[in-house]
Amino acid sequence: MSDSLAAVTAPAVCAEDVRVTYRGRTVVDVPSITLASGQTYALLGASGAGKSTLLRVLGLLERPTRGRVLFDGSTVRTGDLVARRRIAAVFQKPYLLRGTVADNVAYGLRLRGISPAERAGRVAASLQRVGLAGWELRSALTLSGGEAQRVALARALVLEPSFLLLDEPLSYMDPLLKRSLSVEFAEILAGERITALYVTHDQDEAAVVADRIGVMREGRIVAEGDPDTVLGLPADPWHASFVDMEPSLPGRVTASVDGLAEIAVDGVSVYATTGFATGSDVLLAVRPEDVTLWESGVQMPAGSARNRLACVVEETLPRGGSVRVVVRSGGARFAASISRASAAELGVAPGSHLVASFKATAVRVRLLGG
Amino acid sequence: MHVYIQAIVDAFVLLFSGSGEVWPVVGLSLAVSGTATLIATAIGLPIGYFLGMSRFAGRGSLILLVNTAMGWPPVVVGLFVYMALSRTGPLGGLALLFTPQAMVIAQVILAAPLVAGVTTAAIGSVPRDLRLQLRALGASRLQEAFEVLKESRRGVMAAVIAGFGGIISEVGAVSIVGGNIQGSTRVMTTAIVFNVNRGEFGLAMAWGMVLLGIALVANAALTMLQQSGARYER
Repeated sequence: MSDSLAAVTAPAVCAEDVRVTYRGRTVVDVPSITLASGQTYALLGASGAGKSTLLRVLGLLERPTRGRVLFDGSTVRTGDLVARRRIAAVFQKPYLLRGTVADNVAYGLRLRGISPAERAGRVAASLQRVGLAGWELRSALTLSGGEAQRVALARALVLEPSFLLLDEPLSYMDPLLKRSLSVEFAEILAGERITALYVTHDQDEAAVVADRIGVMREGRIVAEGDPDTVLGLPADPWHASFVDMEPSLPGRVTASVDGLAEIAVDGVSVYATTGFATGSDVLLAVRPEDVTLWESGVQMPAGSARNRLACVVEETLPRGGSVRVVVRSGGARFAASISRASAAELGVAPGSHLVASFKATAVRVRLLGG
Repeated sequence: MHVYIQAIVDAFVLLFSGSGEVWPVVGLSLAVSGTATLIATAIGLPIGYFLGMSRFAGRGSLILLVNTAMGWPPVVVGLFVYMALSRTGPLGGLALLFTPQAMVIAQVILAAPLVAGVTTAAIGSVPRDLRLQLRALGASRLQEAFEVLKESRRGVMAAVIAGFGGIISEVGAVSIVGGNIQGSTRVMTTAIVFNVNRGEFGLAMAWGMVLLGIALVANAALTMLQQSGARYER
């Protein structure tokens, strides 16, 4: 797809007052959601949160019980074939049709009455961009899960959609493939400059692909913003546990010089790079990956981390290759994610006294109630 | 055993001697049941597609109705069609009673629910997500229906074969509305009944063997269809 064309046609997608009810049970209740033109919006949430239903509504695949969908400000409906043909989708399961890879990739083009000659060229180009150049004549039903999902992506991209739906496209992949494909998807989406809606329950995947993230819970969008804020500064305790953090901490800016603020948080001082003025009431949080733990009294390398807080370990939780450690300093609780080796070396256990360090730049801050 | 052997020998003689008695009856059977199957498919397929695809209040009751209709006793259907076509019936003016057309009408009523019922099951087994995927690639309603039918074509073929199999072998309806008139409405099943009553086991066995042969061909076609599908699905 040529960038100029995509930039012109990628719609801003918006939904107003959307409610979906199945047998009296409300599964989606979203007063407003806006997907900026050409950007990738990730809907993040646990299974059953209503993400896929909202995707089907925004993608004109399902009529909501109430509310409307707008492309560039104009209302569009499920029966509107012209609007629907600006959209393409990749779902959790690729659902390839019987036949060859080329038959599958060409399917949407055939529906649109594109000539065989043009189809062949576009199919070849599309397969190339998903890394399957020359796979036209293979049987679609003998592909591995990862290959099939790439074909499904090619089948969507070949249509040159201006709005692309991706519903958990990587959830059936093994972790290795998932990592590489999520990066590839992100590159392709960024390159295409199409408006995209990416539904996932995996925050790492969302962080890689999205320009903007909405967190869904029980049919509602409970947090929305840029990935850094949504994944780094939880709005409430549920949001915190969903993104694997401790709840954000309330504090007050006690000093602020040249973009560096000192914030009093429940008996401790935390330094953060923020422009909020002295006296501002703020909410702050630190991602567990940004927190390092040290033995108390050990000589730390100079100059690296501005925040060094004496703390007590409250909980430890092994997580695959790492250990999640919750520490308390004064009244403030943070989580740290450290390697198993470090945990063993430090003798981390509930009650042990350590020092937690993190950079001022790692602290996410926003105005309380802002 | 002798009676069977004698009947089978007689049957072979009749089938291959070109006596002119057997094949016209076979031809009419195939014409009546084939036409009825075509019409029943034209009626039952859209109904089955609709019932398999849609979700609406009352769908369960409609499916129950179709499933019940699949088991309609042919004699009862024959009776109803007979009454409708008889001189005092609502369609008496058409003068169709004891004609092949009357037999087609009765068999359509028997076969259409079979086609609709089996199609409903076949279409219902196409995953909803596949339909969603088709729609998401820009398929119109008609294009979606075509692709869903294509994906479930084995089940749909089975529906058509079930419809044909159900009527080619029934005797109750055709004997009532056709009357088993030689050279006009005599088909294989009514002929068998007629010949058995007259003790002509050889003739009855000849048609019985043709009927069994048709059942074999129909089943072989179904089995081949299923296996050919399996080949594409690994």
